Amino acid sequence: MSRRARTLLAVAALAGLALVLAVALHGLPGVGDPHGPNARSVPVVLAKERHAANAVNGVTYDLRATDTLGEELILFVAALGAAVLLRAGRGEQGGGDTEDDTPPTSGALRVVGAVLVGPVLVLGGYVVTHGHLTPGGGFQGGVILAAALLLVYAAGQLVALERVRPIDLVEAVEATGALAFALVALGGLIFSGALLANFLATGTLGELLSAGTIPVLSVATGIEVTAALTLILSELLDQTLVGGRG
Amino acid sequence: MTAVTYGVAAWLLVIGIYGVVTSRHLVHLVVCLGVAQASTYVLLLGVGYRVGATAPIYSTTVHPGDPVVDPVVQALTLTDVVVQATVTAVLLALTIQAHKRFGTADPDELAALRG
Repeated sequence: MSRRARTLLAVAALAGLALVLAVALHGLPGVGDPHGPNARSVPVVLAKERHAANAVNGVTYDLRATDTLGEELILFVAALGAAVLLRAGRGEQGGGDTEDDTPPTSGALRVVGAVLVGPVLVLGGYVVTHGHLTPGGGFQGGVILAAALLLVYAAGQLVALERVRPIDLVEAVEATGALAFALVALGGLIFSGALLANFLATGTLGELLSAGTIPVLSVATGIEVTAALTLILSELLDQTLVGGRG
Repeated sequence: MTAVTYGVAAWLLVIGIYGVVTSRHLVHLVVCLGVAQASTYVLLLGVGYRVGATAPIYSTTVHPGDPVVDPVVQALTLTDVVVQATVTAVLLALTIQAHKRFGTADPDELAALRG
């Protein structure tokens, strides 16, 4: 099919889709006034029974914790899949187009990148560990922690980059994060009779050591996300930087 | 308010799919897929929004019982974002492999190849 015919067909089909969407969305309740009981009851229940100040993380790591376990495993498998895919072709076309035509990293970028690595690591750790109290959590903090790696790259310290992300270690850490989540899930089964049920003291609402298993799961997720993103980013960077090392 | 929120969600989905269909480069295609998926974030957050409510996080100023927006759809959005990130990573890895193998990232040229 020619490009033109395909575009015309797509426009016609999308116009139909837009019409269906308009009808469907017309039937939804108005924005600003959700009808369901979730907005009112879920945060209160989580605060009263789990002492979780952040209801979003309460939902993620308690009410929907089984989904989050699956989500973690999706991330785990996707990171490994991306790594396997990217490694498969390594050395096939052996660096024919690796001549270095990128401009040298500016001094300002080097300094800013190097200076920001520390604060970004601290921020990421804070976001991971305070997910049950303030906005954030394992996924968000994990992304921030992995961003520190990109700063190292931006600072142009390729040698340092090699040192901060030994791939074998990253893979082991990723597996450890996923395993920790699964073990906490089984802990609920053993100590409380249901998968992912809370089995730790819930403490006082608003304190760092509160909300039972929620911060534990958050930290496990943070470790897994950091390692998974580090793995994906390193493999992608390897493609561009080194042109497929053997 | 309602029309704008749902309108943006529908528009993002439609324009994202249009971008996927007419794309001439696989990286562009992956980005368009991201745009289409962004419509679900807008829709989910729009469904849970409450006028005059704060974030569903209790602190010294927000207490249980105060009006907050729906945390369930926010958690769903978080799942959504994570899934998009993983899908993007795998698709970009596939793009790199396709480019390495066939020397092109144009979906039309790739369709013309056998391999």
